[in-house]
Amino acid sequence: MKLKKFLPQLLTLLFIVLVFGFFTMNAQENMDTRGIEFGFGFLTQEASFDIQFSLIDYDGSHSYARAYLVGLLNTLLVAFIGIILATILGIIVGVARLSPNYLIRKTSSFYIEFFRNVPLLLQIFFWYFAALRALPMPQDATMILGSSFMTIKGLYTPAPIWTNFDVFLTTLVVALFLVFFFVKFAKKKQEQEGKQLPVLIISLLIFIGLPLLTFLVGGVDLSFSFPELRKMSQSSYTFDGGMGIPPELIALTLALTLYTATFIAENVRAGIQGIGKGQKEAAASIGLTPSQVLKLVIMPQALRIIIPPTTNQYLNLTKNSSLAAAIAYPDLVLVFAGTAMMQTGKAIEIVGITMATYLTISIAISLLMNWYNQRIAIKEK
Amino acid sequence: MFKYVKQLTSLVAVFAVLVAFSTETMAAKKSKTLKNTQKKGFVRCGVSQGLPGFSNADAAGNWTGVDVDVCRAVAAAVLGDANKVKFTPLSAKERFTALTSGEIDILSRNTTWTLSRDADIGLTFVGVNFYDGQGFMVRKDSGITSTSQFKNGISACTNIGTTTELNMRDFFNSKGISYEPVAFEKADEVVAAYDSGRCDTYTTDKSGLAAQRTKMTNPDDHIVLPETISKEPLGPVVRQGDAVWEDIVRWSLNVMIEAEEYGITSSNADMMKTSDNPQIKRLVGSEGEMGAAFGLDNDWSLRIIKQVGNYGESYKRNIADTGILPDRGPNQLWTKGGILYVPPAR
Repeated sequence: MKLKKFLPQLLTLLFIVLVFGFFTMNAQENMDTRGIEFGFGFLTQEASFDIQFSLIDYDGSHSYARAYLVGLLNTLLVAFIGIILATILGIIVGVARLSPNYLIRKTSSFYIEFFRNVPLLLQIFFWYFAALRALPMPQDATMILGSSFMTIKGLYTPAPIWTNFDVFLTTLVVALFLVFFFVKFAKKKQEQEGKQLPVLIISLLIFIGLPLLTFLVGGVDLSFSFPELRKMSQSSYTFDGGMGIPPELIALTLALTLYTATFIAENVRAGIQGIGKGQKEAAASIGLTPSQVLKLVIMPQALRIIIPPTTNQYLNLTKNSSLAAAIAYPDLVLVFAGTAMMQTGKAIEIVGITMATYLTISIAISLLMNWYNQRIAIKEK
Repeated sequence: MFKYVKQLTSLVAVFAVLVAFSTETMAAKKSKTLKNTQKKGFVRCGVSQGLPGFSNADAAGNWTGVDVDVCRAVAAAVLGDANKVKFTPLSAKERFTALTSGEIDILSRNTTWTLSRDADIGLTFVGVNFYDGQGFMVRKDSGITSTSQFKNGISACTNIGTTTELNMRDFFNSKGISYEPVAFEKADEVVAAYDSGRCDTYTTDKSGLAAQRTKMTNPDDHIVLPETISKEPLGPVVRQGDAVWEDIVRWSLNVMIEAEEYGITSSNADMMKTSDNPQIKRLVGSEGEMGAAFGLDNDWSLRIIKQVGNYGESYKRNIADTGILPDRGPNQLWTKGGILYVPPAR
């Protein structure tokens, strides 16, 4: 009886081991005949190529491992910004699609239908090679928001220069904790005594006020370095100082956001439409204000429907960011599975590491979202 | 008596089969790649995704270029028809993996011969079909006429996965200039980005610059700076581990170059069979047994010259007449002031 239960699983396991073993042997044999050695020793070697855009200190004299880290952080950066922006835009468009206003409703529908049905790579090319190419050269750029320049070579903004930044950061974290505990306290108070505290205002006060205080007493100071135009040759200019955001990052973020937001918008619409009309009416009939209806009755239920498919969209966005290679944004694929693989010839090792990395990122996002989903799920008592 | 006859005939039969088998597979025994190529009926050749003069496909899908001609020469030698080539366009990043994994049998894709590539990644370079060096292209109106006028903050467009990326770093570091590398996967995107003004300079092999310049919106607005910052000997590559195939590719290229040296062209090759010069006779197959060593017939080199032409013809057809680099520079024969010098085919 036990055998019958385990035999199929054992056979499957054996099959997987054999297939895996076959591929390993095959690769090993072919690598031997071609004199290629397997190993990860190359990671500590000098990379000797430069990367355009890096969040950490890097130049060609650093190791391949460091180059990997640069690529990974660039991937995470674009995924992080993309997820936040796509979520915000997705919620707005999703709600707008249910708007009673004809124009708003139709505009959102058009946006969704257009952007989700055009291949993403095409959209990336459009933003990079068509839209951003229409921007002026640095010398012709007009100032926006008082001190920034949007040019064909990227967005140049003032760069903050901090003194005692660590003090500021610590205070920010402390403020965050205080807000967390205050919200808990306020909730308890309401449950026990029925008293409502102005939670939002007090939270904001703590969160903004406390860090601001460090400017007065903590010796924290903030100044800005502004981008300044400098002539390089008769026809080319660049900006010194300030902070330069490469157009590749802008185009990629824009394309990923606009594409993924359409799917999130549909999730949001589905979530809201999935709640029975009676819920809203019942909530209103016990005297809740419209904002309370949304916050206390509709959203908690809608989120259950919205979160799981939206997790998929977050994963898609992260993986789609690897299309960056097409427009020279130095993400993990371009830097590590591109240049580094070419220079070292370690195809199997590097593709393996890259796959494992994307897998880890995806699983991490997945776990986080599952945890959140469990938290908001209806707890049946 | 009858019994013996039967035994004898079977012995003869076995012997005959053995002899037939051994002669037929003499070449094939030596080279797995050659055997596979002859079985398939075409040479599998990896080329660029479109570099005028080197490997470029026209609207009808016909490939031309000096890199393409190397593969055509091999096809003429081993299959008897220079058109029996299957071209696979590859990006710089994909090229070596395609070769080592066995997707292609020759990589003829303006690839620089370096120590690490030759020794490290299971490849063997068989020769040089174009001597090149890395250069820079800038806009004419920038007023820049030399790399010494480069200033801090210059942005440079290039391809990933090339020696260019490494040379660029060495160059700017040695000059103490800070620069912004913008590296794309495909050459067409590099050109588009530079052309639109994203970068101040475009850097790659000088032949590549000359060829890509023809693709710009306005080719006359751009100049290639005179400085050459690296040595880039470009040549065909094969997988490590098949010495006979390696020899076939090497000597197919060498024959083209030597044919030019001896004045043998596609039009006079047949007449050269009766030449007085034994070296010429060897090249057109009327003397010696030059093909046997590879397991090929004696006309293999004649077919290369007749169907593809000598190196000079290939250069003229693909690079000079198309206006890419009319001056042969170092790619002239050693007898005429260049550095093209190949071992004798004898």
